[in-house]
Amino acid sequence: MNYFDQDLTSLHADLVAKKISAVALAKATFENLREIDPKLGAFLNLNEEAALKRAAEIDAKGINPDNIMAGIPVAVKDNIVTKGLTTTAASKMLEHFVPVYDATVVEKMAANDAVIIGKNNMDEFAMGGSTENSAFKVTRNPWDVSRVPGGSSGGSAVAVASGQVPVAFGSDTGGSIRQPSSFNGVVGMKPTYGRVSRWGLIAFASSLDQIGPMTRTVKDNAAALNMIAGYDQHDGTSSKREVPDFTAGLDGNIKGMKIGLPKEYMDEGIDPKVREVINNAVKKFEELGATVEEVSLPNSRYGVSAYYIIASSEASSNLQRFDGIRYGFRADDVKNLEDVYVRSRSEGFGDEVKRRIMLGTFSLSAGYYDAYFHKAGQVRTMIINDFNKVFEDYDMIMGPVAPTPAFKIGDEISDPITMYMNDVLTIPVNLAGLPGMSVPAGFADGLPVGLQLIGKAFDESTLYKAGYAFEQATDVHKQTPKVGGAN
Amino acid sequence: MAEERINADQVQHVAGLAKLEFTPNELETFTGQLEKIIGMFEELSKVDTTDVPATMRLSDDTLREATLREDKAVKSDDQLRRALLNNAPETANGLIKVPTIIDESGDGE
Amino acid sequence: MNFVTTIGLEVHVELKTNSKIFSPSPVQFGSEPNANTNVIDWGYPGVLPTPNKGVVEAGIKAATALHADIEHHTYFDRKNYFYPDNPKAYQITQHDKPIAHDGWIEIEVDGKKKKIGIEEMHIEEDAGKNTHESDYSYVDLNRQGTPLIEIVSKPEIASPEEAYAYCEALRQRIQFTGVSDVKMEEGSMRVDVNISIRPAGSDKYGVKTEMKNLNSFNYVRKSLEYEEQRQQRVLMSGGQVQQETRRFDETTGKTILMRVKEGSDDYRYFPEPDIPALNIEDDWIKEVQATIPEMPGSRRERYINEFGLTPYDAGVLTQTKEMSDFFDATVAQGADPKLTSNYLQGDVNAYLNDKKVGLLQTDLTPEHLAGMIKMISDETISSKIAKKVFKAIMAGSEPVKWVNDKGLVQLSDPAKLQPIIDGVLENNQQSIDDFKNGKDRAVGFLVGQIMKQTHGQANPKVVNQLLMTSLKAR
Ligand SMILES: [Mg+2]
Ligand SMILES: [Zn+2]
Repeated sequence: MNYFDQDLTSLHADLVAKKISAVALAKATFENLREIDPKLGAFLNLNEEAALKRAAEIDAKGINPDNIMAGIPVAVKDNIVTKGLTTTAASKMLEHFVPVYDATVVEKMAANDAVIIGKNNMDEFAMGGSTENSAFKVTRNPWDVSRVPGGSSGGSAVAVASGQVPVAFGSDTGGSIRQPSSFNGVVGMKPTYGRVSRWGLIAFASSLDQIGPMTRTVKDNAAALNMIAGYDQHDGTSSKREVPDFTAGLDGNIKGMKIGLPKEYMDEGIDPKVREVINNAVKKFEELGATVEEVSLPNSRYGVSAYYIIASSEASSNLQRFDGIRYGFRADDVKNLEDVYVRSRSEGFGDEVKRRIMLGTFSLSAGYYDAYFHKAGQVRTMIINDFNKVFEDYDMIMGPVAPTPAFKIGDEISDPITMYMNDVLTIPVNLAGLPGMSVPAGFADGLPVGLQLIGKAFDESTLYKAGYAFEQATDVHKQTPKVGGAN
Repeated sequence: MAEERINADQVQHVAGLAKLEFTPNELETFTGQLEKIIGMFEELSKVDTTDVPATMRLSDDTLREATLREDKAVKSDDQLRRALLNNAPETANGLIKVPTIIDESGDGE
Repeated sequence: MNFVTTIGLEVHVELKTNSKIFSPSPVQFGSEPNANTNVIDWGYPGVLPTPNKGVVEAGIKAATALHADIEHHTYFDRKNYFYPDNPKAYQITQHDKPIAHDGWIEIEVDGKKKKIGIEEMHIEEDAGKNTHESDYSYVDLNRQGTPLIEIVSKPEIASPEEAYAYCEALRQRIQFTGVSDVKMEEGSMRVDVNISIRPAGSDKYGVKTEMKNLNSFNYVRKSLEYEEQRQQRVLMSGGQVQQETRRFDETTGKTILMRVKEGSDDYRYFPEPDIPALNIEDDWIKEVQATIPEMPGSRRERYINEFGLTPYDAGVLTQTKEMSDFFDATVAQGADPKLTSNYLQGDVNAYLNDKKVGLLQTDLTPEHLAGMIKMISDETISSKIAKKVFKAIMAGSEPVKWVNDKGLVQLSDPAKLQPIIDGVLENNQQSIDDFKNGKDRAVGFLVGQIMKQTHGQANPKVVNQLLMTSLKAR
């Protein structure tokens, strides 16, 4: 079965009413997946045996009518560790790596009786914006299989967009949930830094990474975030703030909401067709009773540089643990320790990962730290201040997610800078630790275009409220892609 | 920032720190790419950051007493120990085995 | 030419917490390899550090003992380097904003007191242990994550003797805080030294050489002495000292070149993003400081002023916290301070040296020692009997019960002693005569006879009194 006709609410109702069992749902999910996914490559690794066993346990104890996630099939990006289930981060370095513990979000899925179907393809160690950097397979955009799904959570976005699962969990360091959500026409939330525990997320950049849900509808997304949000004693950077019910207040009423539209997000660097979709969305918000005014985030133009310095620096350190000694890939025929390090790392990492490790190592090295890493940290402060200033007068910020719709496979992979510029509109949100969401807003030449909603720290609720009102006022989310969609 | 951004020798030096090695061809490609990317980074030098503190970490609050862990020991079970050793490429008698260390300079402490 | 010597010390001290600094694994020695480890200690993909409150509190205590300023807003940094005992390939330490800075401790060399400044003190994690064999090395991560404090001296140590005294003073002060055992033999205190010399009158420091992980204070002194002379020879012969790491060879007493440092190592330090900044408010500091045990200096003053001990005795008793605590506990039980001091420095110390054990490894308790000393003071037992009682309490016996059971209570009752004295006098007319003729030695013989009949339990003072009266009456 695919999940175009049913959202979590209706699936849950069917499960509670015993119209379908969790086992039947899981079986149907795998059947559909086997038919669709060979054309798309969203999954690296399936969890079939364990999923069916788990579904049977859930059926046996009965679906809790108060738990909307009970028995729901979910997919997980392959940089989130799953005990006993191979987790590769799409890297040769971890090709045969079997985690010995579960990520906190995975524990929460288990506690809420969600059924993990499998692990999604991604850019290696979440580095990239096209999922072309996977060591294992190409993932294709279901709206046009000659195009990339975006990245790095490309597999997760495709799994949802093509109706293989109703919910997938990705991670977002510089746009890795929002950009593929935009490219695939799904709803993707990057929560506030600290809202969701990072325990068990294979670190890319510790001060930027955040796990979040990808779904077909805003309400489903809110329900999925409800499941994973909250303080975790394993993660000192997770927040102790109370977690609201994100599905509350989804009533379509956004009258009087004040929204800022940064002029820097709508300049000539943005594809005119994308701008048109966003301008139409602005009109829709105004029709709904919100005020949309132009604002400025003057330092956001420096975001890409600041981000690539900070993210690469943190990554260069985080990825040092992959050294061929305690787990993961070790090169053959190593003669001494230096060989173990250098050859295992040189053979185990792909080019983009090496590029970032090199950039980060350089930025932190003696003589360069002040000009690069420290300077980037200062610019980061200025970007945060820009947002704070706008939020003194506005409830929310909106704009495009990405400058273009999905590009062709192979088009940009050879040019790192062009690839990095894809993140120009999503990066500032990570630098500032704010919540950001992509909501399907329309199409450009038949390809989905996402609208980005950016909120105050810990104010995901406003994004859901606004996203829901917009979604209900349009029929964009009802469109289905070529692959998976043609029932 | 430097006039010459980065040359092959520097790339080689950085690769040494990162424990990576490149073939001469790769080195050339990487040097060119890094040169371009670092060139892009140089736009930051135009930003006046006088007296601006650097943001190095994001967290809701500073670490207060309440978020520190109480000093209680939890011993792992033997099953975990076996699983950890099992994931290592080479072990002997419960120890992680590595080819001989020729560089003794590693102890940083 | 005259040279001025400048020595710097970096001392690592392992903290005696229950759990590791960033993981809940136990801090424990002598376990099976890798038994005290979890996914954090192995640097597994996806793990995060969880900082231990006990380590911060231990840091506050140590900083206080070193008279250092505690940083109210501090944080951790990463120090990046690859090594098999360093699982994440970075050590979480403090580089930019250590928990404490600008402290001092007092040392004494040849009767002269001097304050040595402490640059900074930071908290960090220890690495695992490598064992090297011919073709392979073996890694045990049990020690990985053990909390350390690192104490960095200011360049104010001017001789190897001062370095030795600094180590002693540092060990003593840290030990008294109770945060560490500070045992060189067990590696819970490790010393790195650096030394440079310059011609007298020059204000520019010379090039320094360093020696790492010296495992006794004697080696600290000896290696510095050797290095001081070697550097002098180099300079006198017109050469230049190289910046290098050297190793002290314990058998030859010489230092050997290990590696020349080209520039500084590039550890690519940067602030640890996984751990929020740490605020240490004044009320927390006060709360922790209130739990710090009394320092040796204050104890010495108390022993001299309140108990009337000599400065020498007070010094010996405060050499270790064990001894000083034992002394205080014994006196608290009502034992005479001077007698307690004498026993601890005399018989107890002799016993410890003989058996080669520490005070806390014996069965002696302050209660038992006090019990014996009180019986000596109130003359329940004689000093002769006390020798037997001492053996008994060292074997764990309760002294009062033991003395009673053995019937060794001193005989002081004149009603009981008089008949015995009378009997002895009856049988020793010769001695009575000798006494009358002024031979005082006769008294000693008679006392001996009385003691013999009472199996040594007679109170010598009472016996003397009664005997003299009886003799004079004859
Ligand atoms: Mg040091
Ligand atoms: Zn250290």
